[in-house]
Amino acid sequence: MQILQILATASTLALMPAFAAAPGHITVASTTSTEQSGLFDYVLPIFEAESGIEVRVVAQGTGQALETGRRGDADVVFVHARALEEDFVAEGYGVERLDVMYNDFVLVGPGDDPADLAGADFAADAMAAIAQAQLAFTSRGDDSGTHVKERTLWEAAGLIPEGAWYRETGSGMGPTLNTASQMNAHTLTDRSTWLSFENRGDLEIVFEGDPELFNPYGVILVSPDRHAHVEAEGGQAFIDWLISQEGQAAIADYEIDGEQLFFPNADDGS
Amino acid sequence: MRETASILPLQLDGLGFAASGERLLRDVTLTVRPRRRLVILGPNGAGKSLLLRLCHGLLRPSAGRITWAAPERAARAQAMVFQRPVLLRRSAMGNILHALAVQGHARQARRARAARALEPFNLAALADRPARLLSGGEQQRLAMARAWALVPEILFLDEPCAQLDPASTRLIEEMIARFSADGMTIVMTTHDLGQARRLAEDVAFLHRGRLVEASDAARFFAHPASAEARGFLAGELIL
Amino acid sequence: MSLIATALDLILSGDAILLDIIALSLRVTLSAVAIGCMIGLPIGAGLAMARFAGRGVVIVLVNALMGLPPVVAGLLIYLLLSRSGPLGPLDLLFSPTAMILAQTVLILPIVIALTRSVVEDLWGEYEEQLRSLNTSKLRAIPTLLWDGRFSLLTGVLAGFGRASAEVGAVLIVGGNIAGHTRTMTTAITLETSRGNLALAVALGMVLMTVTLALNAAAYGAGQWGRRIAG
Repeated sequence: MQILQILATASTLALMPAFAAAPGHITVASTTSTEQSGLFDYVLPIFEAESGIEVRVVAQGTGQALETGRRGDADVVFVHARALEEDFVAEGYGVERLDVMYNDFVLVGPGDDPADLAGADFAADAMAAIAQAQLAFTSRGDDSGTHVKERTLWEAAGLIPEGAWYRETGSGMGPTLNTASQMNAHTLTDRSTWLSFENRGDLEIVFEGDPELFNPYGVILVSPDRHAHVEAEGGQAFIDWLISQEGQAAIADYEIDGEQLFFPNADDGS
Repeated sequence: MRETASILPLQLDGLGFAASGERLLRDVTLTVRPRRRLVILGPNGAGKSLLLRLCHGLLRPSAGRITWAAPERAARAQAMVFQRPVLLRRSAMGNILHALAVQGHARQARRARAARALEPFNLAALADRPARLLSGGEQQRLAMARAWALVPEILFLDEPCAQLDPASTRLIEEMIARFSADGMTIVMTTHDLGQARRLAEDVAFLHRGRLVEASDAARFFAHPASAEARGFLAGELIL
Repeated sequence: MSLIATALDLILSGDAILLDIIALSLRVTLSAVAIGCMIGLPIGAGLAMARFAGRGVVIVLVNALMGLPPVVAGLLIYLLLSRSGPLGPLDLLFSPTAMILAQTVLILPIVIALTRSVVEDLWGEYEEQLRSLNTSKLRAIPTLLWDGRFSLLTGVLAGFGRASAEVGAVLIVGGNIAGHTRTMTTAITLETSRGNLALAVALGMVLMTVTLALNAAAYGAGQWGRRIAG
């Protein structure tokens, strides 16, 4: 009997704080790569201190993040898959898509660069060189934004990647980089994940700079018309801050080892 | 001792029991008289333990009737001690407290009552010891004390000394004598003829599932009526 | 080896974020164990004592559910708690409560199955004595649970082990939100994918230490209990 009482008390205590859902927080569905870049750890405290609104970031794959928004489980969606984002708004789940920033993809591989990818003019040429030499390549293989971009590049090179040199990990950017580092293989990654990734082994950036590799981020308020419970006010405040001069400056200020990861572009017309 | 009517005598009429088609006990008609010590005798497999369990209500008869004088009070006014005592994983005292709690005794009264049950049987010193770590004899005495604490009108004992040494057997027999002196009706099985002679006032002799003979003990031991009982008493291997 | 040194350094420095993560993990898992026991012990005991049509099917089902993949449990709770799901209005998704629920679902079959087996064995041993005392089957349940307490502890531990080690369910329903729903296992997943192996190893070491300590304590309690209760 005493044991039951103790158990009852323990579980009541455990449940209590969660039931008393604190007002003044918003949930943002974003991508694992954004989370892993460490950007949120840098900019969110600034916003929270100013607004008093707590931002809870759920980091998921791009598709899953949009689905979270569709189901009404997030107030704001902050992802980088332009076509999907536009669909999301067109279907009425989002109010409006706004540009926030971009980063870019880079091709990483063994530092000795056997296929001389650094000398390529375009990303598609570099990809073609890898396939030509059958150098090891690890692919996300998970339909993420990065994977979609990779497939676009293979298509542009007029290739269908297959063979023992091409490995699909079916996992996130971090695990894929871990695999590439172990196998000394090439892979396509967003620059921010790469810069914050520590287990690089012999990998280095072997190709970068093609405008084709730009990776724009959009932010969308989940439509309160669709989901009445959406914290529209708090979500809008967060979005307004992100695209304000101050928010944009905060994004530009975030650096790893002296390198800027994200480039604000809220003023570029969308 | 009680104002209410006794649940005894217990009347068995044409009692039978069958398991998976085999008739293990048939047509037992017997009266258990109040305040007597009835010993059920018989060779192994005669159905002695079965008869006890039927009387106590642990088994349902497949034929015949069991009639208590006060049926509405019968269940609460009986107790049983088994050949191998079943003790809970608690202290000696805890075992008696549990039995009292299950039978609905008031919480405040239980401890004093349990202590009173341990004391006369030299178990008070063992009260806080884990029951299952007591010696075989101590365990059986505790099982007896637990039954005693419930103040039953009738106590069923199934070969209570079968696994005990002579010293422990003697202590158990003293307890049985004391229970009887307090007015408790005793029904027990034993295969120990010496024990039967020491304790029995009435004897029921079973053979192959039938009640062959029922009489008072003096007459049974002096002049058994049936050939089976004569053979049994003479120490023959009767089958 | 320097990896382990860095990890030890992190633990010994008492990093506040690390401590928060450990505290949340323990809160979630211990709550789930407590709730799992409150529900699972009586159900398991009831299943041991009751005789009804389809009992065998229920037992097989419960045993099979012990192998329920955590991600499936997580997905079920996710669909249940999502704003578009039946319990959406409770606003519990991405909260510690959601994680407690998901882990409870994982623990429950283990507690029920083990309780059933322990109680059934004990009932076999005690049945005649308890029925002799006029104990109803319902009244026998607390007696059997108490007398089986040291064996039941093993089941509770198995439940704790399953819950504290899993990542699939808490990741889906908790969302791994920093400072809110980040547990040891989801943090290990995140830090590993960040390539921050030192922090991942540190968390792994803490997790193993906690599990080891709990198992040692339970083993000790079990040994002690068997010695004093027989």
